[in-house]
Amino acid sequence: MSADTVPDADRGTGAHRPDADWGTVTGWGRTAPTGGLLVRPRTYEEAAVAVRECGARGGIARGLGRAYGDAAQNAGGAVLDMTALDRVHAIDADGGTVLCDAGVSLHRLMEVLLPLGWFVPVTPGTRYVTVGGAVGADIHGKNHHVSGSFTRHVLSLELLTADGTVRTVTPGTPLFDATAGGMGLTGVILTATLRLQPVETSLMSVDTERATDLDDLMARLTATDHRYRYSVAWIDLLARGGATGRAVLTRGDHAPLDALPARSRARRAPLAFRASRLPAAPDLVPDGLLGRTTVGLFNEVWYRKAPRFSRGRLQRISAFFHPLDGVPHWNRVYGRGGFVQYQFVVGLGREEALRGIVRRVSARRCPSFLAVLKRFGEADPGWLSFPVPGWTLALDVPAGLPGLGAFLDELDEEVARAGGRVYLAKDSRLRPDLLAAMYPRLADFRALRAELDPRGVFVSDLARRLAL
Amino acid sequence: MKDAFGLPQSLLVLGGTSEIALATVRRLVARRTRTVWLAGRPSPALDGAAEQLRGLGAEVRTVAFDALDPEAHEEALGKVFAEGDIDLVLLAFGILGDQAHDEREPLNAVRVAQTNYTGAVSAGLVAARALQAQGHGSLVVLSSVAGERARRANFIYGSSKAGLDAFAQGLGDALHGTGVHVMVVRPGFVRSRMTEGMEEAPLTTTPGAVAAAIELGLRRRSETVWVPGTLRVVMSALRHLPRTVFRRLPV
Repeated sequence: MSADTVPDADRGTGAHRPDADWGTVTGWGRTAPTGGLLVRPRTYEEAAVAVRECGARGGIARGLGRAYGDAAQNAGGAVLDMTALDRVHAIDADGGTVLCDAGVSLHRLMEVLLPLGWFVPVTPGTRYVTVGGAVGADIHGKNHHVSGSFTRHVLSLELLTADGTVRTVTPGTPLFDATAGGMGLTGVILTATLRLQPVETSLMSVDTERATDLDDLMARLTATDHRYRYSVAWIDLLARGGATGRAVLTRGDHAPLDALPARSRARRAPLAFRASRLPAAPDLVPDGLLGRTTVGLFNEVWYRKAPRFSRGRLQRISAFFHPLDGVPHWNRVYGRGGFVQYQFVVGLGREEALRGIVRRVSARRCPSFLAVLKRFGEADPGWLSFPVPGWTLALDVPAGLPGLGAFLDELDEEVARAGGRVYLAKDSRLRPDLLAAMYPRLADFRALRAELDPRGVFVSDLARRLAL
Repeated sequence: MKDAFGLPQSLLVLGGTSEIALATVRRLVARRTRTVWLAGRPSPALDGAAEQLRGLGAEVRTVAFDALDPEAHEEALGKVFAEGDIDLVLLAFGILGDQAHDEREPLNAVRVAQTNYTGAVSAGLVAARALQAQGHGSLVVLSSVAGERARRANFIYGSSKAGLDAFAQGLGDALHGTGVHVMVVRPGFVRSRMTEGMEEAPLTTTPGAVAAAIELGLRRRSETVWVPGTLRVVMSALRHLPRTVFRRLPV
């Protein structure tokens, strides 16, 4: 780094230097560990110092490490652990907005906001992501077909850029569109102002139904998704033959107050946020625990235990949105070898590609128990945002499965041919030359980065691997 | 960067004409590798190997490197790392020597030791420092079962590989927790140019099989790889045989 960008006040005193030590990190999939300097800024000033002083190998912000691949790691450089910047600054309980630090988790926001009658606008399958990470990956949730992605609800951001200055970024500007889904490569998000979703209770009213095969599933999602704010389908990728793509649809909305039974505990405290957690998964799980037999058995039971059709069942927010959060460190069940998440989207009208891929995954007997299918709504403005109107399938596979790398490469080709794309927040293995076809705004993104960050201060392993 | 399966995008081969190394490179180029550096003494064989790999679609460059000239290692390898990250360093140089002949010519025996061991110590340390600075990468060291226990028939070669093996294990422990991964590969008898005309030992393997084992080891982030895998058990037994028995074995 050149000396002229360091103001004298920050030099040599040590007072503003953030806490830092060397360590290795991986994504949630626990593959490809790399070493870097883990810096823990506690103030915006310390974050600015960290950015100005990160060396030739640059830096990247990291939240709670829920990105599956290598998005929040930076080999040989600085990794800014943002979770100490975790203050909720201001809540407008009438207007429904919140201003908070980027290191605040969605879990924390729910704790704070639910008693006031507000909910986060978008939540992914885990509450343990930070607001900064949610913006950087432009996450989506079960309500994408109604509400769009996370950054559609961001009113403003404060972004620490490569020159060490803090900029206020608002929607509709190129910098906002590059930052939304920009995987942290435009700068370090310090705060965000979010628009919230009003709720009357902290419970969900859920309809469940089974679909007997993939076509049945797609027909049901197409016909009735618009009636629900939240919709997702768990899909059994190990089912074969006529049952290929059989699924359980769970769809619902926030339960109104009058839906709660009178004189119940829930009625007395309708906005209480309850989330129970089981003991954490042990660190030493043998590789191969989740094989075809165990996952096949799990999937069979999961499918059978779902009601063929049920309406208006009340569920806690944690059970409806975040069942896996109940088991801390659930990613350990895949053993030391870790796992790979694969999520792609193909546009409406490209159902044949989706069918083809589901058939191939099912024929190959990939032991996947977390496979979900969702129908996306309108595309989001972020240049590298993942969602486009169409079908998105996410699946998880143990990384040690023989031949998996080549198999997923073939799926990539099929996705790219169908004009689809894979999700960068989950990626840990995409072939770089397919990226430009999948993300047509990539050239704009690269150009903006080249101008905003000519020295390449912000870089991650993902950025190196895919030449983002 | 390596991907979730440990597949590298760029690699550096020390001993760029090694058959095992080239079989490994071909395998990796077929997957993710785009940039290949072949380091070795300038020769038509080195250029030929580079040309062949270019035919597979890789961007290949050669760099002059001599295991017997450790003073030049820093500069030669520094040049490679200055051009960009190296995801995988394959330390593959080594010579077999001629045991019967070398026993009478100590200087020849020393050359085997200097190539296989001291040359690797120097190159290994230089590569390890560069990998540590970039915070990621694998260093794959081609050792040999011959290093597991010295045999009458090839103890000069065996002792050099024993030194290399111990060095690489220690280096792996030193680099543990830095993001750099060191993998020791111990093939048995490999059918190749180096062993041409020699009598084949049991559990003979091929460069292709070693390459496949290396790819698997990268995916698993293994620290030790035996090729074939059964050698792990066989050698574990042989290692504990009393000297008087081991000496009489026809191996």
